[in-house]
Amino acid sequence: MSANSIWEYANPKKFIQTTDRVLPWISVLAVVSLVVGLIWGFFFTPDDYRQGSTVKIIYLHVPSALMAINAWLMMLVASLVWIVRRHHVSALAARAAAPVGAMMTVIALATGAIWGQPMWGTWWAWDPRLTSFLILFLFYLGYIALWEAIENDDTAADLTSILCLVGSVFALLSRYAVNFWNQGLHQGASLSLDKEENVADVFYYPLLVCIAGFVLLFIALVFLRTQTEIRARRMRALLARERMG
Amino acid sequence: MIALLIRDLRLAMRAGGGFGLGLAFFLIVVTLVPFGVGPQSELLARIASGILWLGALLACLLSLDRIFALDWEDGSLDLLATAPLPMEAVVSVKALAHWLTTGLPLVLSTPLFGLLLSLPQAGYGPLVLSLMLGTPALSVIGTFGAALTVGLKRGGLLLSLLVLPLYVPTLIFGAEMARRGAEGLTYSTPLLMLAGITCGTIALLPFASAAVLKVNLR
Amino acid sequence: MSLNVSDLTIARGGIKVLEAVSFVLDPGRALVLRGPNGIGKTTLLRTVAGLQPPLAGSVAAEADSLVYSGHSDGIKATLTVTENLDFWASVFGQNDIAPAIAAFQLERLSTRPAGALSAGQKRRLGLARLLVTGRPIWVLDEPTVSLDTDAVAMFADAVRSHLAQGGSALIATHIDLGLPEAQILDVGPFRARAMEADDFDEAFL
Repeated sequence: MSANSIWEYANPKKFIQTTDRVLPWISVLAVVSLVVGLIWGFFFTPDDYRQGSTVKIIYLHVPSALMAINAWLMMLVASLVWIVRRHHVSALAARAAAPVGAMMTVIALATGAIWGQPMWGTWWAWDPRLTSFLILFLFYLGYIALWEAIENDDTAADLTSILCLVGSVFALLSRYAVNFWNQGLHQGASLSLDKEENVADVFYYPLLVCIAGFVLLFIALVFLRTQTEIRARRMRALLARERMG
Repeated sequence: MIALLIRDLRLAMRAGGGFGLGLAFFLIVVTLVPFGVGPQSELLARIASGILWLGALLACLLSLDRIFALDWEDGSLDLLATAPLPMEAVVSVKALAHWLTTGLPLVLSTPLFGLLLSLPQAGYGPLVLSLMLGTPALSVIGTFGAALTVGLKRGGLLLSLLVLPLYVPTLIFGAEMARRGAEGLTYSTPLLMLAGITCGTIALLPFASAAVLKVNLR
Repeated sequence: MSLNVSDLTIARGGIKVLEAVSFVLDPGRALVLRGPNGIGKTTLLRTVAGLQPPLAGSVAAEADSLVYSGHSDGIKATLTVTENLDFWASVFGQNDIAPAIAAFQLERLSTRPAGALSAGQKRRLGLARLLVTGRPIWVLDEPTVSLDTDAVAMFADAVRSHLAQGGSALIATHIDLGLPEAQILDVGPFRARAMEADDFDEAFL
């Protein structure tokens, strides 16, 4: 393996060294873009002609919903890397990302409910998107619970990786099943690659800044939590060695 | 493989095997629902197919931890793993035995329970058909969950937490098919989707179950 | 048909326990593993049986030639003695269970549910299972637990006739089996050294 291959960062020590160096920068950037994006979005955009000022919750709702899904995708990739190449950092990164993803899902659900109250006249509707996120949240809970339940770290990594793979397939199936089951009230996606379908520019740019902020926040949290997991794992290994004498 | 199936069926029938517990649970759920929602037969007729699907699903869930737990405790699972049977075959046979002892009796008794909940005449055929198609998927998915939690003490609650989200697509299409049938609508789309899910899980999930079982035996 | 274990390094719960274990078990021979509790005999046997992967090294044996018997016997309490043996015989593609029943004197118990047997009788049933598998290499973990002296002699006879038919046995035990022809392997010298700093990368130490 060449010295500058990306697998170099699969070494726990190297990972901690590198992330220690970039973590402050990412954290600062995350805070700055969140503050700028949210202030810009909340105070310097006009009210929507139909939805009034309630529309501004999209600056929390859309980025958190995006990250809820992307966190699961990141866990899926990390799980695959663990299954194929058995790099411990990868498994621990997946473990570290799960609670963050779960919190993003909760934020998306909560902001969705708060937004839904004035718009649809109800806190909760069994709308396909809301329902899908609720199901996604259940998948996060199961994944986290399985990690917590198993004592042996490698066994836990193996089992949760396979659960993540199987869960991804079933989460996708659930998404389609839920769509089939109820057509729903939810408005279309706020963002797409086709610019014509996007929300107006004046809402769009602060939204991009907020999304960038959430992405950076996610990366910072996952780096931090992975470091913690690595240190906890090392502590367990050291204790085990003590016991072995 | 046949020997394993026969042994599992025989164990289920003998004392303490738990055969019939699922059915009894199903009956209790069906009895309790009218206490919860009221005895009006129009209301019961509307929700009957959903209740029956949910009851069948819960009855199935209840017996999942038995699939591997007993074989794990007495060491049979270690011995089976070193036997000339591939692990994929072992988990498939286990799922089949679970379906024969839990799913099939549920399917066959549903018409009776449908009567208790004043299910409309048109609903019986689609309901039984949907359960017949759907319960094998419930057993196969449940076997995966049971394989994941086999080594854990008090894994029962975790098992439910892991398996129930995986049951969502099967439940949606199955209950939707039964509901449309009861309302006299066409139900070919959910039928095909349900059949697809069942075939897909039977074909693919045993590989995942065998993999996690091997990890758990280490 | 020999079992060839070379340079095997094994771990329990992520910690290395035995290192560079090597031995050859030829047909007609028995090898007894000795060593204090916790040294890793069970882990070694499970690795040899293929239930867990080794950290390093290899176990070479002909495919489908091993049978493993661990601390528990895999006996179903609600099945009779005959039903239990019939099941394992057909899983291993055999059908004659009479010699196994005779070797461990289970004739009088054969129609009893296994749940009604005493601990020693259950163990005899568990050992009879080895005979019905028809496999040449036995991998046994503490086979004589809860057996009385008569039953230990029964077991020794069964092993001896198995060896005479060209089979072999790898046995972890603390007691004297009455098998003077068996070789002894003390696994103590293979105890893994504490991990060194350069193992840091993968093992977090």
